[in-house]
Order: sequence, then C-alpha cells, then structure tokens
Amino acid sequence: MTDTILLETAERLFSDTITPQVLAAAERGDYPHAAWNALAEAGLHLGLLPEEAGGFGVAPADALALLRIAGRHALPLPLAETMLAGWLLAGAGIAVPEGALTITAAPGLTLTRDGGSWHLAGTAPGVAWGRDAAAVAVLTTFEGQPYVALLSGGYTIAERLNIAREPRNTLTIDAVPDAVAPSAVTALQLRAAGAATRALMIAGALERITEMTTQYALDRTQFGRPIGRFQAVQHSLATLAAQTAAALAAGDIAAEAVADGVQIPAIAAAKARASEAAGIGAGLAHQIHGAIGFTYEHSLHYFTKRLHAWRDEYGGEAEWNERLGRHLAAAGADALWPTLTAI
Amino acid sequence: MSALSFPPPPVSEAAEALRAEVRAFLATELADFPAEKRAESWSGYDAGFSRKLGARGWIGMTFPTGYGGHGRTALERYVVIEELLAAGAPVVGHWIADRQSGPSILRFGSEAQKRFFIPRIVAGECFFCIGMSEPNSGSDLASVRTRATKVDGGWRINGTKLWTSQAHLSHFMILFCRTSGTPEDRQSGTSQLLVDMKATQGITIRPVNALTGEHHFNEIVFQDAFVPDDALLGEEGQGWHQVTSELAYERSGPERFLSSFILLVETLRVLGTNPSERAAIAIGRLGAHLVTLRRLSRSVAGMLQAGQNPATQAALVKDLGALLEQEIPDIARSLVAVDPPTPEIERFAQVLAYTTLHAPSFSLRGGTREILRGIIARGLGLR
Ligand SMILES: Cc1cc2nc3c(=O)[nH]c(=O)nc-3n(C[C@H](O)[C@H](O)[C@H](O)COP(=O)(O)OP(=O)(O)OC[C@H]3O[C@@H](n4cnc5c(N)ncnc54)[C@H](O)[C@@H]3O)c2cc1C
Repeated sequence: MTDTILLETAERLFSDTITPQVLAAAERGDYPHAAWNALAEAGLHLGLLPEEAGGFGVAPADALALLRIAGRHALPLPLAETMLAGWLLAGAGIAVPEGALTITAAPGLTLTRDGGSWHLAGTAPGVAWGRDAAAVAVLTTFEGQPYVALLSGGYTIAERLNIAREPRNTLTIDAVPDAVAPSAVTALQLRAAGAATRALMIAGALERITEMTTQYALDRTQFGRPIGRFQAVQHSLATLAAQTAAALAAGDIAAEAVADGVQIPAIAAAKARASEAAGIGAGLAHQIHGAIGFTYEHSLHYFTKRLHAWRDEYGGEAEWNERLGRHLAAAGADALWPTLTAI
Repeated sequence: MSALSFPPPPVSEAAEALRAEVRAFLATELADFPAEKRAESWSGYDAGFSRKLGARGWIGMTFPTGYGGHGRTALERYVVIEELLAAGAPVVGHWIADRQSGPSILRFGSEAQKRFFIPRIVAGECFFCIGMSEPNSGSDLASVRTRATKVDGGWRINGTKLWTSQAHLSHFMILFCRTSGTPEDRQSGTSQLLVDMKATQGITIRPVNALTGEHHFNEIVFQDAFVPDDALLGEEGQGWHQVTSELAYERSGPERFLSSFILLVETLRVLGTNPSERAAIAIGRLGAHLVTLRRLSRSVAGMLQAGQNPATQAALVKDLGALLEQEIPDIARSLVAVDPPTPEIERFAQVLAYTTLHAPSFSLRGGTREILRGIIARGLGLR
C-alpha cells in the first residue's frame, strides 16, 4: 500500500464507522468492536511492523500519519497503543498477538526472575485502553537493562477515564508474563514515541475543528450576516488555522523523528508545540461556536475534549519544553543555531 | 464618565466586620463540602443552602428594608458574595434573583410586584432565570422573535427561549420578548414579563445537556402561554432599556473572575508551601491579576451603588475576568503534570478536568468576548 491509498482507506473507514452515535456510546463505556474489526481487517494497526512480523512494508512515518486521520475522527480505539505495542514487541523479537494492545512503562513495576521463570508485579497508572486491550506490552528493566514483557493476563483493571471519557486505567499487576525479552527501546524513547502519536492525533483533531468552525462561521447568522463576516471572528479563525498549521507540521516532525530512531529533541519540540496549539485551538473553536458548541448534542466536544486529553498524555508542554530547553542550553550559546538545525 | 474611570471602591468597616462572620459561617457549613463540588462555583445548586443564606440576611442585602430587604451597602453585599465564591459555595439557586432580577423589579416593578417578589427573593425561596437568548438571537439580542400578544386580562406568549440556565429549578423567569412590531424593528417594541415557571400553562421545559452531559441549561417553548396583566415588568415597549440596565449588574461581579478559583486553591495544595521558582512566579502572577480584578470589580460595585450605569467598565471587568478564568486551568496543568495520573493528584485532576471543560463558557455566557470588546471600543469613542 502506498501512503495516500493507506490514508484514504483510513479516512473512508473512519468516516463510515465513527459516527456521533458511536462516539457517544464509547463515552458511556461501549467499546466500538465493529469499528475495531473493520480497522483490523484493513490491517491499519500493523503499519509499524516489519514485514516478517506481519507488517506490509509501509514507511513508518507514513504508517504513523494514520494517527492524524484517527485524530480527525476522534477515533475511540487504541490504534496508537496497538501500533506502539507491536513496534515494541517486534523490536524485541516477541511475536505480536492479535487484537487491540496497549503499552506501559510505569516506573512502579518490577520484573524478577526465579530460575527460568519470570515474574512482573506492581502498579501502572493511566494505561490507555487497559480495559479493552487483549494484551499489554510492558517496558521495564531487569538488572538495569530495558526489557519488554508481554502480558495477556495476571492484572486487575481499575476504571478510570480521561477528560474525553476514554479509558486510562490503573493496572495492578501480579503476573507471569507470556514472554520476556531485552529491548533496544528505553522508557524515555517509549514515552517520546507515545508523545509523537499524540502530536499527530492533535494535528488531525485541530484540522477537523478548523473545518467545522469555518463552516459554522459561514452558516451562523447574527446581526443580519454570517458571523464569519465580522473581522473579530475572522481573526479568531485565522489564528485557529495558524495553530492548526503549526500542529500539522509538528505532527509530521514527530512521525519522521520516530521513524528516524525516536529522536528525542525533535519529538519534544513537536509534542510541546502541538499541545500548545491544542489548547489555543480548542478555545477558539468553542468561542466561535457560541453556546451551541457547549452542548452535548453538537459534535465539537468530542474533538475538543480529546485535544485537552491528548495535550497532557505522554507529557504536556511543561515536560517537553523543559527537555528541549535543557538540550538547547547544554549545547551552549554559540551552538544554539546548529543544535536547532540538527533537530 | 470615561471608559477607564474606576473610582476607588468606598471603604467600609461594616463590610470587613461582616467578612469574618461569613467566613466563620462557611467554615462550618461547608466543612465537608469536597473540592469537586466546590469547583462548580456559582453553577452549584443547593436550595437548602440558599434558604440558610436567606435566613442569615445574605440575600437581597441591598434591597430596601421596606420590602423585606436589608438596606445594606453594595460593598457589604460584595463581601458576602465574594466570600461565597471563594469557598465554592452552591449558590446558583438564588444567584440571578439576588444579582439582577430583584434589582430590576425594585427599579421597574409596580408596588404590588415589589411586595410580592422581594420578600420571597430575600428569603432564598424564589429563584429566577434569565429568558433572553433564542435559537436565532444570541449576541443579537434585539432580534428576538418570542412574542407576547395583548389579550383580555393579560398576554399570550409564543416562541422559544434557549440556553436558559436553571430554568428547571427556577420559580420565575424574566422574559425578554417582543410585544409590538416585528424583529426588524429591533430594540423598539420589546418588553419584559415575569413568567411563573411552575404555574403557567403552555410552557415546555426541555433539558439541553451541556458537553459534560450535565443538565444546566434548557430550551423553553411557549405555546399560547398566558400570563396576567400584572406580569408586565415596567413599561410596555421599554424592554430594551430595562434589559440593558441589568447588564452592568450581570457583568461586573466577582463571579466574572472567580469561576476557576477552586482550581487555583487545589493547585496550590499540590504545590505545597514552598513551590519551585517557576511555580511561585506563576502563582504570583495569578495573584496579581486577582488583586487587580477585585479592585476593578469593587469599584464597579461602588459606581452601581452611586446610581451610575457603568456598562463599559462592567464589560471590561468581564473581559479581563474571563481571560483569567480561562488561563487558570492552562497554568495549573503546566505546574502539576497529570500524566501519569498518580493517586496523589487524583483530586486535583478532577477539579482540573471540571474547570477545563467549563472554561469555554466563561467567555460566552453573559455576553461573548467579541461583544464585550465591541462595547469597550464604543466606550472609547470608536463606534
Ligand atoms: C453556560 C451558558 C449559560 C447561559 N445561560 C443563559 C441564560 O440563562 N439565559 C440566556 O438568555 N442566555 C444564556 N446563555 C446564552 C448566552 O447569552 C449566549 O450564548 C451568548 O449571548 C452568545 O450567543 P450565541 O451562543 O448564540 O452565539 P452567537 O451570537 O451566534 O455568536 C457566535 C460567535 O460569533 C461572535 N459574534 C456574534 N456577533 C458578533 C459581532 N457583531 N462581532 C463580532 N463577533 C460576533 C460571537 O462573539 C461568538 O464568538 C448561556 C450561554 C452559556 C454558554
């Protein structure tokens, strides 16, 4: 599959399966199995896997671009986590199980070994879609080295939702993993890869709300003319569009940085910038929509709530700006420009 | 009066004495009231609490004693309402009646209306809602279509009001509608009617759920709803003048900059008494904004007390206040990371989520940011 066909397939598939009814049901706790099955049948979750592990040989940056399409549809499914889990497991030579997957690199987990048998225990908060995933890829350490453990059971799940009412569960683990192997991926890299997925999802959601808001400004009439004719509204829309453009660029940077071996400074810049755009953009979209956008009935909130959730997940601006700032400062004043151009 | 003239608020020793009393009352009364509930700020509802405030003499404080009010100063009232907001007390029941409906009735109402409504409002037993907006009349309020037609003995009302906060919990609405002419006549031909929300036939209240799923506002459909002659507030045809005189009350109070205050409290709780330099700077800045806004807002209270109509100043307070209220969740999350969501920050995260979700409404309800800025520009002589 070439990238445009892949993206068009995803756009069509999500348009068909992720309706406002499905989004509302997902908020009530009904996991959209049919939509997942359609996604899985099209193989959209396999994009980051090498061909020998079941992938279909698409460039990783192109596969990650699917997450922008997911963001455009407020996709209430663990596509990002399944892709990352597959990437993590395949990278460690562990066979990737079927179905929806998730990941965690919670520091509160301990992997031990007793003779030939492994044991994993501890608590992992905020595991995305923990409630619905068939298995969890855990990145932890053993004797100071990164290890991946695959769990299909041996944990209990505490209900917890993010601001968009997507499951972000606390897992209490006491398990004999299905498989364990050393990993080349560090906890920081996994967090950064997660951050990259959110930068792309933010970009997609912003793109969508810019379209919705522009259309609304053309349609809604007050004082005898479409509100889009008022200069104040035009300026807000222009700002929304500019923030969206920045987030789309950030999403692209993030995808390329993951494909390029998970480059931390680039992802830091991308996630921080996309998260900043998410807050500004969500605010402007609501402002232009007026009270109608503050209702449950209108779809805007499915996107703006996710923008708020995603801007914090895998680290918000504070975390990633600080990391980037320290990276820039460490190189010294005279190396600032070369350091920036190397990102 | 220039747009930027904000005279110093009058100093009131009586008001400061009252402050201690209110604080002590709230400390006891709300001892077990959790942060998640306090975060609802002046959207929180508790009829029993409203009645208790009425019994303490803290509703209708500025209303004349002759009608059962307490004859106190605007600054004394200000102390009570800002203390209530700072504590996150559930005040929405009586809020609109105390803030604007009562003052409107006192200003424009008949003797009989004053005798009927004011004592009930003061007791915390008569709640009001605001029937201004309609599906096609939001910012453009003068274009309202809901119409009251004169009939024998009263008025027959047809039309739809939308976004009416707490209509389902209110006893009365002040309805802004057309009583003559057409929507093209705009401001002229409009009037205000006092509509009994419980007893009037021909009213349907339909909940409109907010994006959080909460039932806060409503759609109200009037189908040949009849109200008697004495429901007319003020003069027929003077609706626009009357409704706009409410706006300075509606826009300048401490609820226009304290809606996110509980989140700031919970942020500080997580940060502790010795925060990082970055956190201290951010908290200090928010404090500087709060101190300044409070001064501006109290100044408007003083002007209202002196009988002026500081509409521009009220718009300015509300615009600055909404900016602050909307910034607080953003700053809070920059100081306290919510990912991963550890148990220590669970309560903070809940308050943050509530405030984040409600923040968009702060620059919509009571007049949008764009409309307020237009008013300020007009006050500067630009329009
Ligand atoms: C939480 C909440 C509670 C509310 N409670 C009540 C209530 O109890 N009673 C009641 O009557 N109403 C209530 N409202 C309605 C509120 O007054 C309206 O939302 C507000 O007046 C804006 O109207 P609108 O939503 O129709 O937006 P619109 O007027 O359609 O505006 C949409 C956008 O266009 C902009 N715009 C419109 N005209 C202009 C212009 N001339 N120049 C520049 N920009 C412009 C607006 O600023 C806004 O950004 C409530 C609203 C909310 C959100």
